[in-house]
Amino acid sequence: MGDLSQESMNAAAGIDLSQFYQVFFEEAGENLETMEQKLLTLDIENADDEELNAIFRCAHSVKGGAATFGFSDVAELTHQMETLLDKLRRHELAPTAAMVDVLLASGDALKAQLGRHQGSGQPAVDTHELLQSIRLLVEGKERPPAPAAAARAAPVQPAAPAHAGAAPPAAPAAVAAVPAGTRELELTVGPLVDLSAADNLVDLFKEIPDLGTIEPLDGGRGAEGLRRFKVVTASPDNDLLDLFSFHIAREHVRLAPLGPGYGFHDTEPSPLAQAPGPASDGGFGFFDGAPGAPGHAAPNAATATPVAAPAASTPARSAAVKVEKAAAPESSTLRVSVEKVDQLINLVGELVITQAMLAQNSKGLDAGMNQQMLSGLADLDRNTRDLQEAVMSIRMIPMSLVFNRFPRMLRDLAGKLGKKVELVQVGEATELDKGLVEKITDPLTHLVRNSCDHGIELPAERLAKGKPEHGTVTLKASHQGGSIVIEVRDDGKGLNRNKLLNKARERGLDVSDSMGDTDVFGLIFAPGFSTADEVTDVSGRGVGMDVVKKNITALGGTVEIDSAEGYGMTVRVRLPLTLAIMDGMSVGVADECYILPLSSVVESFQVQPGMVKTIGGNGRVVEVRDEYMPVIELEQVFNVPRGLGQDVSPILVVVEAEGGRVAMMVDELLGQQQVVVKNLESNYRRVDDVSGATIMGDGRVALILDVGALVRRSRH
Amino acid sequence: MHTILAVDDSASMRQMVSFTLKNAGFNVVEAVDGQDALEKANGRTFSLVLTDQNMPRLDGIGLTKKLRENPNFKATPILILTTESSDQMKQAGRAAGATGWLVKPFDPAKLVEVIGKVIR
Repeated sequence: MGDLSQESMNAAAGIDLSQFYQVFFEEAGENLETMEQKLLTLDIENADDEELNAIFRCAHSVKGGAATFGFSDVAELTHQMETLLDKLRRHELAPTAAMVDVLLASGDALKAQLGRHQGSGQPAVDTHELLQSIRLLVEGKERPPAPAAAARAAPVQPAAPAHAGAAPPAAPAAVAAVPAGTRELELTVGPLVDLSAADNLVDLFKEIPDLGTIEPLDGGRGAEGLRRFKVVTASPDNDLLDLFSFHIAREHVRLAPLGPGYGFHDTEPSPLAQAPGPASDGGFGFFDGAPGAPGHAAPNAATATPVAAPAASTPARSAAVKVEKAAAPESSTLRVSVEKVDQLINLVGELVITQAMLAQNSKGLDAGMNQQMLSGLADLDRNTRDLQEAVMSIRMIPMSLVFNRFPRMLRDLAGKLGKKVELVQVGEATELDKGLVEKITDPLTHLVRNSCDHGIELPAERLAKGKPEHGTVTLKASHQGGSIVIEVRDDGKGLNRNKLLNKARERGLDVSDSMGDTDVFGLIFAPGFSTADEVTDVSGRGVGMDVVKKNITALGGTVEIDSAEGYGMTVRVRLPLTLAIMDGMSVGVADECYILPLSSVVESFQVQPGMVKTIGGNGRVVEVRDEYMPVIELEQVFNVPRGLGQDVSPILVVVEAEGGRVAMMVDELLGQQQVVVKNLESNYRRVDDVSGATIMGDGRVALILDVGALVRRSRH
Repeated sequence: MHTILAVDDSASMRQMVSFTLKNAGFNVVEAVDGQDALEKANGRTFSLVLTDQNMPRLDGIGLTKKLRENPNFKATPILILTTESSDQMKQAGRAAGATGWLVKPFDPAKLVEVIGKVIR
């Protein structure tokens, strides 16, 4: 840029800004997230100043970073948003729903732009219409004109005077009100194959005198496909760029302040008119005589300086060691990649296994002779457990990360359906394993959408029923024992028991009027109960609910439904806190050991002669308290080799999954324990009827059974 | 060695400014907003304060005013980083007692150049 910078250019040369990109992306993402949340909760009729300021700051912060790190598309859009938000926070404009809509849409576009810069491979985002909409809102116009007209209308009327405010361009007062006046900009065009294309821009300034003046730099000759111009203009950068883009692609045009881009303040506080001329300051300034300003010192400051400066320098030096520590303003949090955490969890898992092995091997030791050894092992046991818990907690993230997506979704959905819905969140700070959070998002989205789509009635209908016009969807998360419970509740029309029963009979499902409510409501999870023709009949609750249930069951969770017709419905999802550790029951079959998830075990009993009956060829069933259930012999399922003379009296373990029960025939129950779940697919390959594997205390590998799959197998 | 107090609520800007200044041979103390900067300035001195204007809790102008009340900072150069270079903004900076302003975005070399004008 300026000549002045040549010397120091060398000092700062070689700073690669790309090293800060990642931090910028994360920060921008957080800012956009915050902005969206604040926009969604913004009370349009009675907007809080602090909230408006906070929203402004989000856009401002993204803009600052984007401009600094060279993401001009992001900077351009945030600049427009900032202009609008600035008018809002200064009460020059009153917030409207249309503004919130446009700002939300802009937020989406920014996310896409940022994603593109991060290499998401998405196509470029066309923000032309958004920019136009924002500009019109800034001018105090509610609705943008027809989009086709908008695209063309912009260049014909350069928005220079309009930008100064809502006043008509012709009014002299409006022109005088332009605070910054003209600016000197350096316009860089290129790289271009045909450099003469840049002359179109020169012509543009001839055609539209309001734009200002343009003159070529570098004697009009381009270098390396680039041409530089000096532009003196009062129009905002974005308007210029919009205009230029009709002749030269946006990415080949760059505007930057001409001159040094900083400044120092003058001796005397001068009125606005006498402030350093914008043409000469080039974007920087020092107040002459202001404390520390270069050049001639004002009398007041001069007397203060000699005294303060020496005193100042000494403590600065002695505090230098502490400085580095103080320089970490975010010491309370630390960003670490998920891989590192997972590696840590894996290692702790191995440690737990080693500890269990040691505990097992020490069982035979004489307590008197090995007292120290045993107490050491007891300590190890305790510490390992604490360590495991602490490490697992690293992966825990608050439910708010899932919940946060719902206000926006509900808002859009309610708007589309013509409904009025309010979202209440309770317990969003409740923590859940990151892996589970990712997997629970889709089912929850489905449930929330269902609540709004099929549960909440239209405003008129609600009023007719004596309910408030606004429906309420409540999302609630809480810890209960070793699980997390997530509730999706609405105060809509609820489920009709009789309709459900009738539907079930039509479907040929086995139902009776005496069935409990829970069982009746559970019918909506039945596969095939969710075809489109039933949507209207059973208030549409069936849509994809079987899939929701299946997904949640796959996570080791359960779903329950509670409803009162006319008052709404609650779906309660219960999930284990983590997928990495599981309470299991180990069972022995011949020389093999298998793990059953403890949550699925109902009971177990010794098989008495004659209990197990063979039906229809090779199917076997057992009668337990007047109920017949299929018997699954693990020995056959997994082809466990059995030596001679290994006959034992088998034990049946009743397990429950996916609404069915089966009895598993095993040789013995080995015990209950926490097992570290290892993924079989990533370590080996998918195996039917097995959900994972673990390493036992004695070092053997035991398979964890997929109870759901075994129950399904029994149905065939 | 000179120690500079760099104030910005944006972590990426802070990192960039901090890196640039350290690269140019300065010590840097970071603060996340005006309030944090005041706390970090308490009981010590800096060769220069470089502050963003728009921040939560306490903005750059507000920070400048407060710092000038502190005898340790009567003569310390204070530069305000701002995205707007309007005269209004400059007047507010002058009134608060700022030494100068620098328009964002700037490149690292520009920052070092400007700082070189006020501290040697």
